[in-house]
Amino acid sequence: MYRYDQYDHQIVKERVAQYRDQVRRRLADELTEEEFLPLRLQNGLYMQRHAYMLRVAVPYGMLSSAQVRMFGHIARTYDRGYGHFTTRQNIQFNWINLEQSPDILAELATVEMHAIQTSGNCIRNTTSDELAGVAADEIIDPRPYAEIIREWSTFHPEFAYLPRKFKIAISGSEQDRAATAVHDIGLHVVKNAQGEVGFRFLVGGGMGRTPIIGSVIREFLPWQHALTYLEAILRVYNQYGRRDNKYKARIKILVKALGAEEFGRQVEAEWAEIKDGPATLTVEELQRIAQYFVPPPYATLPASDAGFEAHKADNKAFANWLLRNVKAHKVSGYAAVILSVKKTGVPPGDITAAQLDFVADLADQYSFGEVRITHEQNLVLADVKLSDLFTVWQAVKAQGLATPNIGLLTDIICCPGGDFCSLANAKSIPIAQAIAEKFDNLDFQHDIGEIELNISGCINACGHHHVGNIGILGVDKDGSEWYQVSIGGAQGNNTSIGKIIGPSFSSQQMPVVIERLLDVYVKQRTEEELFIDTVQRLGIAPFKEYVYASPIPTGHTHGEDACV
Amino acid sequence: MGRTPVSNVEIIKNRTVVADDWSVLRLSDGETPESVSIPAGKVIVPFSVWQAQRTLLQDRAPLGVWLASDAQADVLKDDLAHFAVIAVDFPKFTDGRGYSIAYTLRTRFAYSGELRAIGDVLRDQLFYMQRVGFDAFAVRADKNIHDALKGLTDFSEKYQTSWDEKTPLFRRVNRQAVSQG
Repeated sequence: MYRYDQYDHQIVKERVAQYRDQVRRRLADELTEEEFLPLRLQNGLYMQRHAYMLRVAVPYGMLSSAQVRMFGHIARTYDRGYGHFTTRQNIQFNWINLEQSPDILAELATVEMHAIQTSGNCIRNTTSDELAGVAADEIIDPRPYAEIIREWSTFHPEFAYLPRKFKIAISGSEQDRAATAVHDIGLHVVKNAQGEVGFRFLVGGGMGRTPIIGSVIREFLPWQHALTYLEAILRVYNQYGRRDNKYKARIKILVKALGAEEFGRQVEAEWAEIKDGPATLTVEELQRIAQYFVPPPYATLPASDAGFEAHKADNKAFANWLLRNVKAHKVSGYAAVILSVKKTGVPPGDITAAQLDFVADLADQYSFGEVRITHEQNLVLADVKLSDLFTVWQAVKAQGLATPNIGLLTDIICCPGGDFCSLANAKSIPIAQAIAEKFDNLDFQHDIGEIELNISGCINACGHHHVGNIGILGVDKDGSEWYQVSIGGAQGNNTSIGKIIGPSFSSQQMPVVIERLLDVYVKQRTEEELFIDTVQRLGIAPFKEYVYASPIPTGHTHGEDACV
Repeated sequence: MGRTPVSNVEIIKNRTVVADDWSVLRLSDGETPESVSIPAGKVIVPFSVWQAQRTLLQDRAPLGVWLASDAQADVLKDDLAHFAVIAVDFPKFTDGRGYSIAYTLRTRFAYSGELRAIGDVLRDQLFYMQRVGFDAFAVRADKNIHDALKGLTDFSEKYQTSWDEKTPLFRRVNRQAVSQG
């Protein structure tokens, strides 16, 4: 993985000093809260419901074991013993003191980490494929480009005060695992007919209150021009993006208003001015960065391992885990292991200091000291030998990180919601937990098969509810919390936005609502058809009809009754 | 009429706090670009006034003009020679359009005179402002301008190009890969 050189170290060190002084000035009232706000946000510090929350950048989701250990240390020393992985491959700590935040950043800097631009109206942390470099379906490893974009976007002087936040995701595989279609810019690293490497540019995707799938504005841009083209897009957006209404300020609204074709034309005109300038990437620079992402020293191994096969045949629980949590690797004899941070009873994505230490040790022992974070809020050990899988599984199981539910119903994407987030209209964690408890039976989950259940506590859609096969959105009505359900959303190559099935429900009704949706699926599915396929074939009508056919008991004694 | 330019106001120019002998004309309620009278002395007029009173103003030297944050740099591209100062207004420090205006004036239209940030100009934005081409800063009056000066030197290194740095870090220095381990 990428390692800082003297320049990276210097920049991050100077940032810590700058931020420390900003905090000092805020505490001395030299800065008003209004003036301090964008400064702390661009350092990842939010004021939440109960305390400050610090969001630490994990560039494109890649971590070393030393960095994971540092998270454990921060969780123990400055927080309440745990952290939370987010849908943007970052980690956040929920109980932070403002006064200590500069010290945390100083500690992070010692392991080449920071919280730069994890929030605020600037270019955020670029996200990528958690299986980058190891996926069997990879065309080009996107990580060198992600790192190049990280450096370019860090403290870009022109784009630190954009109309709104700006998110870039990059993928280099057949299968898009980075949700590129719902980002401000989605990049696909591709090869053209001549075998040259370049980018497909999608612009103007996003979720929030106006979910839109990104439009391709360029099918192929030679890789050397990546930064100048990004600059052109950002300049057009910075100048013409709406600033009168924060809900209409994202680039997707601009692209929609102009039309993707006209937006693309403006970008091309801007790009024509800077194309081939000094920011054009060089082969030398790509090689410098790429050498950090060369394959680790893999052993030469056969494609199968006798011990592994024996355990797989003998042990149903292990086999289940392999089926769900272990992914194909492009190197013979290796596999990528997903550690489920979705155990029933634990808020999705939450991890304790002890678990962080455990994961760091495990990575050192079995996976070249590297860990990745998925946008589904799980962890990945990308390079585990088949012969080690049984041992790894036993160790992981003991730590509660082996729930064999990856891709299944209880692998719920869920934002922190009203328990923590000051933006939330409703809680999301208890909904996730209630659903997880009701459907805890793994046989049932396996029978239902792959399904994405995503929950957001507010319209900002941090829980990606729009692209959940089942999406749940917390809404506030007359001061009480209700949940709106959509179905048919999907991420990946066939990204789609879910459709709302009807009036919202109370929290108590939600597990039954999910049960009824699944009942329809089970009755109507053809063999081999996933939930999403059935919804796409039948539309939402039969689901809607059945869910609302008879009343669902509600704990509420007043307010809206969704079943009337 | 005939408002004397305020001379005891200080600005940062070329990284130093200096006395400022320019005044910035802002239209009051009821004033129009056509009718507003231009005070004597060195005045930075709104672009709308330059447009409306161009015949009167074009022989006046020195003259400054300021652009609102929603203006485009190219409105000035044929007129640059008329101005000793071009200012860009920041109605709020969080309004980042002025950065692109400055960058475009400098790089595309090769404006080489004084480029001044006016309005809600605060210490923590100065580093970025100088990078895109501002060389003068009218720091908001309630802030300590000497303190703000420190904002220009927050960072000693930068990755990407802008007006101040034509060569990205990857072309400027020999960055040796650090050994993995």
